[in-house]
Amino acid sequence: MSARASGDAWRQPVMRVSGGLVTLACTLAGLLLVTFGLSRLSPVDPAAQLVGEHASQGVYLEMRRTLGLDEPWPVQFERYVVRLAHGDLGVSLSTGERVSDDLRRVFPATAELATLSLVLSALVGLPLGILAAWRPRGVLDAVVRVLSLFGNSLPIYWLGLLALFFFYAHWHLVAGPGRLDDAFEYTIDMRTGSVLIDSWQSGLPGALANAVSHLLLPVALLAAYAIGNITRLTRAALLNESDQEYVLLARAKGATEVRVLLSHVLPNAAGLIVTVLALTYANLLEGAVLIETVFAWPGLGRYLTTALFAADTPAVLGGTLLIGVCFVLINGMTDVLVRLLDPRGR
Amino acid sequence: MSEARLLTVRGLSVAVRSGDGLRSVVDSISFDVGAERVALVGESGSGKSVTARALMGLLRPPLEVRAERLEFLGRNLLEFGPREWVRQRGTGLALVLQDPRHALNPVLRVEHQLDEALRIHQRLIRGERRRRIHAMLAAVGLVAAEVLDLYPHQLSGGMGQRVMLAMMLINGPRLLIADEPTSALDAERREQILALMSELVDSRRMGLLLISHDLTQVARHCDRVLVMYRGRIVDGCPAADLAASTHPYTRLLWSCKPSAATYGTELPVLDRTADYAAGTP
Amino acid sequence: MSGTGLWRRWRRSAAAMIGAAVVALVLGTALAAPWIAPYDPLAQDVADRLQPSSARHWLGTDGLGRDVLSRLIYGARPTLGLVALVALLMVPIGLAVGVLSGFYGGLLERALMGLTNITMALPQLVLALAFVGLMGPGLINAALALVLTGWPAYARLARAETTLLRRSDYIAAAQMQGIVGLRLLWGHVLPACWPAMQVRLALDLASIILAAAALGFLGLGVRPPTAEWGMMIADGSKVVFDQWWIAAVPGIAILVVSLSFNLLADGIRDARGGR
Repeated sequence: MSARASGDAWRQPVMRVSGGLVTLACTLAGLLLVTFGLSRLSPVDPAAQLVGEHASQGVYLEMRRTLGLDEPWPVQFERYVVRLAHGDLGVSLSTGERVSDDLRRVFPATAELATLSLVLSALVGLPLGILAAWRPRGVLDAVVRVLSLFGNSLPIYWLGLLALFFFYAHWHLVAGPGRLDDAFEYTIDMRTGSVLIDSWQSGLPGALANAVSHLLLPVALLAAYAIGNITRLTRAALLNESDQEYVLLARAKGATEVRVLLSHVLPNAAGLIVTVLALTYANLLEGAVLIETVFAWPGLGRYLTTALFAADTPAVLGGTLLIGVCFVLINGMTDVLVRLLDPRGR
Repeated sequence: MSEARLLTVRGLSVAVRSGDGLRSVVDSISFDVGAERVALVGESGSGKSVTARALMGLLRPPLEVRAERLEFLGRNLLEFGPREWVRQRGTGLALVLQDPRHALNPVLRVEHQLDEALRIHQRLIRGERRRRIHAMLAAVGLVAAEVLDLYPHQLSGGMGQRVMLAMMLINGPRLLIADEPTSALDAERREQILALMSELVDSRRMGLLLISHDLTQVARHCDRVLVMYRGRIVDGCPAADLAASTHPYTRLLWSCKPSAATYGTELPVLDRTADYAAGTP
Repeated sequence: MSGTGLWRRWRRSAAAMIGAAVVALVLGTALAAPWIAPYDPLAQDVADRLQPSSARHWLGTDGLGRDVLSRLIYGARPTLGLVALVALLMVPIGLAVGVLSGFYGGLLERALMGLTNITMALPQLVLALAFVGLMGPGLINAALALVLTGWPAYARLARAETTLLRRSDYIAAAQMQGIVGLRLLWGHVLPACWPAMQVRLALDLASIILAAAALGFLGLGVRPPTAEWGMMIADGSKVVFDQWWIAAVPGIAILVVSLSFNLLADGIRDARGGR
């Protein structure tokens, strides 16, 4: 086996990357099938929902024809996909707006929550994971394991309620539900959708502080859940790499433990760590769905749960599809990215 | 032995601490290595690899090392702390392993890994480092321009071994410990790599401790042979005298290797109930 | 050092035993609810609503004057019932898919594993929410939703085990005895997959409880006025700033049960020497 020329070295990674992209496409197709299937299997009749209870039989049948409800399923699926490609997610039955407009309105709030939580949990979780791997079986290790155990057993919305009770109602340390106090709610122009940026830009005194105060609890809560996982998986990845032979040889070269960690173990574990962070981000999106009701956060989660209560089918499906797409894209793109980063193309 | 001794080992023991107590892996072995080529042979599980790592201070709990004497170039290795070990590894003692695909860092290029070896131990400007890297690669029979940009998985087995040798010898160590360096190679490359190692060791007046399970190989390339069995050194003799050894275990190992002479006959099977260590100090 | 090793082993199995004991206790409580609950969980006494803990109502009363303790005890039933239902459906489906694809390989394996991987890549909780939301709330739909999103993990495990077994002498010996087909799969392959599933199942049970309670919290579980922990939290959330116990108590129950399953999972994993 002779050395492959560097010119050939790109071929393997490209093949792996395209494999990853194909998987991504298949998964998205699966997601579309699932949402489509849900919409058709649901006992809720979309035509009846739209025409109301008092419409005549003729109007009802006309509506069925317009919606194409009596056509064979593959045809309906095709129309569904085509409509999606044009960004048409239907009209919400509760707000009367186009679902795509609704989603565009609410998504930034959730994205802001998830992003801030990810940053916080990564800033805390990664160093903790490195420390725990540095001294396995130590005190920190045990503490992390216990916290992780509790994190997997606590309902997040319940913890949110208790946190609101203590930190807001009882001790007045943070602001209450919602993104901003009423005083600012109507005076700040929400241009970017991010409450941090917009309150800062507004220049109103105390606006930014208020926004931060409202963000503190939900972000901290989401981050707390994520930190446990990040720490645990980072520790596992680092310990796994530390057992490899190249680490032994690096030490044999005379490398200090710090150098071994920074130049050898971390770069090799980077792929795993990036994957963990991406998985965490996707999970944070799901977690946001649960706590937005508790914190009256005007994001995708609250939109979805409100729509579920109101049996607002287009809104439910639209919101589910959006979260599903984010989920699949984050995981899929990370997969591709990791394959690209590894010189072995694995 | 007219050469000055590089390594002195007396009563080296390595044990594993588990839930049930201490289990012995290496049982009080003693030997010396000078500026010569010594082989440490034995079956898998005899404790040879553990010995190699113990000599480099690379064993960690639950493995525990004890010795009466462990000296290298007159310095007492038993008193070494982490800082002394870090300084010694690569400059005094060097280690090469079996499979370069696993022993070299997969995500770093060859140049980086060689450069790192220099940067750890010496303060040189970049140009000087590059010069030394080129020289070292040439000494191991590689064309620098061809391998510097490659990643370990792009190297063939033989090239990977040469790179590993270059990396570990670039700081001029006095003793090279090679743990089964050719077991992952085909027969032709084995000879090449061993010949390369012998030549390097001789030209730099280094000592070589070659760990292997292949008696024919060590008979050809080493001056002296130490035979290990179940954690003890049971026999030691000049390589030239291997074929005529009187020790039962050595004779068994020697006669176990298949060759044209043994074709069609039954190979002897080791009698594991015998205590081959009987009679050893 | 050996002392530390032994101590850790004992402590770990103690954790598993505590977990198992608590699960058994909760199970017993749910089954014995009619006999141990002091009040009818549905009995309202609006005059006595939102009372704190007292001698008559150990955990106080909720917004409709119902005894919180009784509702807590009865609330174990739909929760545990849902968990049992999900486990009973999810594991066989996953096992079947995994064993079939692992044993027969080829196109069947590729198709089934493709299905598994795609299902696994979709967001579990959100899809379960959408499923229940659209199909209508209730215990059966909630169970179905969690089953449909949860089976892939078992399929993967079963396939991995089966692929290993397929080449083993153990299976070859059975085949040589004339045991083939379904009987082979049922009697020989399946039992071998079971140990690997145990830890996974115990961990899953913990997260299923959380998911079931989440569905209840969002109003997608059993219908009111049936007592259910998640829904109790939702009811309590409206008055949490004054009568915090109404929301706090069911959460503690969920925590305790979920924690027990997690401890049990840890214990099984350590007992089998894994990790």
